[in-house]
Amino acid sequence: MDFKGFDRPGSSTAGDTRSVKVMIAGGFGTGKTTMVRAVSDIKPLTTEETLTQASADVDPLIGVADKTQTTVSLDFGKIGLNETLMLYLFGTPGQERFWFLWNGLFKGALGAVVLVDTRRLASSFRAIEEMERQKVPFVIALNVFPDSRDYPVDEIRDALDIAPHTPVVAFDARDPTAGRDVLVTLIRHLKDRSAAALEPR
Amino acid sequence: MSAPRRPTDPSGLERYYVLTGGRSGPGGSASTLDVATLVVARAAPLPGMQHEHEEILRRCRDPLSVAELGAHLHLPFNILAVLLSDLLQAGSVEARDPIPALDAGRGPDLALLEEVLSGLQRL
Repeated sequence: MDFKGFDRPGSSTAGDTRSVKVMIAGGFGTGKTTMVRAVSDIKPLTTEETLTQASADVDPLIGVADKTQTTVSLDFGKIGLNETLMLYLFGTPGQERFWFLWNGLFKGALGAVVLVDTRRLASSFRAIEEMERQKVPFVIALNVFPDSRDYPVDEIRDALDIAPHTPVVAFDARDPTAGRDVLVTLIRHLKDRSAAALEPR
Repeated sequence: MSAPRRPTDPSGLERYYVLTGGRSGPGGSASTLDVATLVVARAAPLPGMQHEHEEILRRCRDPLSVAELGAHLHLPFNILAVLLSDLLQAGSVEARDPIPALDAGRGPDLALLEEVLSGLQRL
């Protein structure tokens, strides 16, 4: 057998590579793919799940290739955090009602960024509810579109009914540095939560 | 090495049926596969192997996520999971699931979060 070019177990650091994942959620058109594209090291790719059983009662206008085949797409990118740790970012499908079909989509994720278009707050209600239901820790990132009005963070927090400890930040999804800062906010939030959970009562 | 063989009907459900031998979902170890699971080849492609299996082994010389494999091979997740379960059972690939921040047994993994944070801050 020719092993040339293949790693033998334990012979290379490639064998030690690990991955973590973060979900980028939010309503349709809130900038999920834009954010993934801005922060990713690689050209964002799309992976699909073909659903063949649940299509009978699914909206025929969205994501349906034919009567027996429904496709749910995930746009994703990755960031090399160091030589052996990869962060994968997955933009969730815009139609939140498909999420439950993708088994375990949020399982194993460190957390999620929920994007909100301040002109259409309601479009992200479902995403927020879903994160709470699935107990995925998240931060809210207000994607500031050029024609967005001023966005008083506190008012928006109230309108979205966001818990006081959940960070709400504003950013431009097209800006790689701003996107990275949102991820930093998420990881800091996760650390704070973990530290609080570890405190003896 | 034989020339890559292309499926004669490269689209639609018929192709997936042929690729998986009609199996619709993975069993065994592949059922835990995540889109962010890393796949690493542990053996070289064998002559006569199914083209897609060969292709997976070739692309996973360095660890590659299931999502990337799916995008490169133009295969949906559930079909790819079936093909990966064959390779896992044969021991020709290794799969490593993404690390969660919260391990049921150990509690929160603060060291992991710290590593992610410093990686992001170096960007």
